[in-house]
Amino acid sequence: MLIRLKPQYPIRPSEITPEGVYHGRRRFLAQLGLGAIGLAASACGKAGAPSGAPQPQAAGDSAGFKLDKRTDMAGKEAPTPYEDVTHYNNYYEFGTDKSEPAEYAGTLRTRPWTLAVEGECDAPGHIGIDDLLKLFPLEERIYRHRCVEGWSIVVPWDGFALGPLLARFKPNSKAKYVAFTTLYDPKQMPHAGGVLPWPYREGLRLDEAMHPLAFLSLGLYGKALPNQNGAPLRLTLPWKYGFKSIKSIVRIEFTQQAPQTTWNISAPDEYGFYANVNPGVDHPRWSQKTERRLGELFKRPTLLFNGYPEVASLYSGLDLRTYF
Amino acid sequence: MRPIRFTLWLKLAAWALCLYPAAALAWRTYSGHLGANPVETLEHGSGSTALRILLATLAMTPLRQLTGRPEPIQLRRTLGLFACVYMCVHFAMYLVFDLELSLPKLGEDLVKRTYITLGFSCWLLLLPLALTSTDGWQRRLKRRWKSLHRLIYPAALLACGHFIWLVKKDETEPMIYLGVLLVLLGWRLPWRRWARGILGAQTTT
Repeated sequence: MLIRLKPQYPIRPSEITPEGVYHGRRRFLAQLGLGAIGLAASACGKAGAPSGAPQPQAAGDSAGFKLDKRTDMAGKEAPTPYEDVTHYNNYYEFGTDKSEPAEYAGTLRTRPWTLAVEGECDAPGHIGIDDLLKLFPLEERIYRHRCVEGWSIVVPWDGFALGPLLARFKPNSKAKYVAFTTLYDPKQMPHAGGVLPWPYREGLRLDEAMHPLAFLSLGLYGKALPNQNGAPLRLTLPWKYGFKSIKSIVRIEFTQQAPQTTWNISAPDEYGFYANVNPGVDHPRWSQKTERRLGELFKRPTLLFNGYPEVASLYSGLDLRTYF
Repeated sequence: MRPIRFTLWLKLAAWALCLYPAAALAWRTYSGHLGANPVETLEHGSGSTALRILLATLAMTPLRQLTGRPEPIQLRRTLGLFACVYMCVHFAMYLVFDLELSLPKLGEDLVKRTYITLGFSCWLLLLPLALTSTDGWQRRLKRRWKSLHRLIYPAALLACGHFIWLVKKDETEPMIYLGVLLVLLGWRLPWRRWARGILGAQTTT
């Protein structure tokens, strides 16, 4: 008889609620009260804006990354608490419930980890994650992150711009697109199931990938990425819906043709190749005009390109309704 | 004496079971354990509880037929009303937190978002059932009461459709609810009459 005993894991550091979050855990209740007062006070006008926005959290312990510089690119908006950023995730390889990745991604092995860069380039190669970490000075960028489902967060991401990394592999003149692939290992991802065609794939036009806003994240809040957030390396594309920011990348390929992307294969009428945040183009089943910032009671308006107009020139002349 | 007390305990148990999800959500709200997206937790929590109790309501008639006991029918109204109450709370949260009580936004959602259309229709069908659930209305409507309350069948289908339609990709959970509902509805089909019809046809030929 086979008796399977679940090992008793100790509490991981990522599971410990930072003190600030613990003290702020009743903010929803406070907001509920404020919201109720606001609603009552403005019965004939528009509802009051929720106050009591989350307080920025300390960047965690000192064992984190050495950061070269910090840039606030979210208009002084308070970052979403670490606890929420790391316990409300879409990472379907570890379950489709938002709380499941934090629960199950512990089985992901992020060392050793090799990134393969191939395709239409003059200097293809493989690079280990620890070498990748030393390649460029690490910087922190606070970006807004908008999910296609209608919620959003503000996150201090740590890493470096994607463009200079891609340039090292010398894409040739045939390279028009960049394809990215997530690790797929059923042994490490026993909860993957058959919801999506694995491995998870994403893609960008080369000029999108080279845009200074396109970022490769290796950490958040000054520490290495937790597994559920896409360790050990992921894209962060703040002007696109979250599913474009592919997690746990093992392969990058320069291509001539537009690569296939997972959500587009799965539901082409709902998820396009571009997936730029756009309040003017609704999802076929729900509105994209507003979003709920985690920690806020009411919804706020969604901004075109998620409030990053500097990318607009990438899409001049492109009908954003057709190429959604 | 004994059977009355048994029914009383059963009713108390039904009340406790139906109130438990509300109490749990209220406690999590008070203690700050609703997770990263509290509004979503409350909306999903009230909605799925409404659906579960609705299915439990529909299970009472088959249960009576299986056990031959009257108690399930005595609980049916309580369950149905609780399902309706949870649905009203669910709808109210959507109106307040998602729409900020804007009627134009509700109108747009009703026209454009299929899952809202389905959910709203379900609520609309169940409302008259809750209002006419009293003994008085049952007496006044006589036989029409029974026909009216058959609206619970389409309402339950609409509730499942609402859930299936809003899920991004993984439809496992709503499909389980739909499966249970189809079994409960299938139970009500006149299988015996059909069987007799077929057997009858065979004996005449």
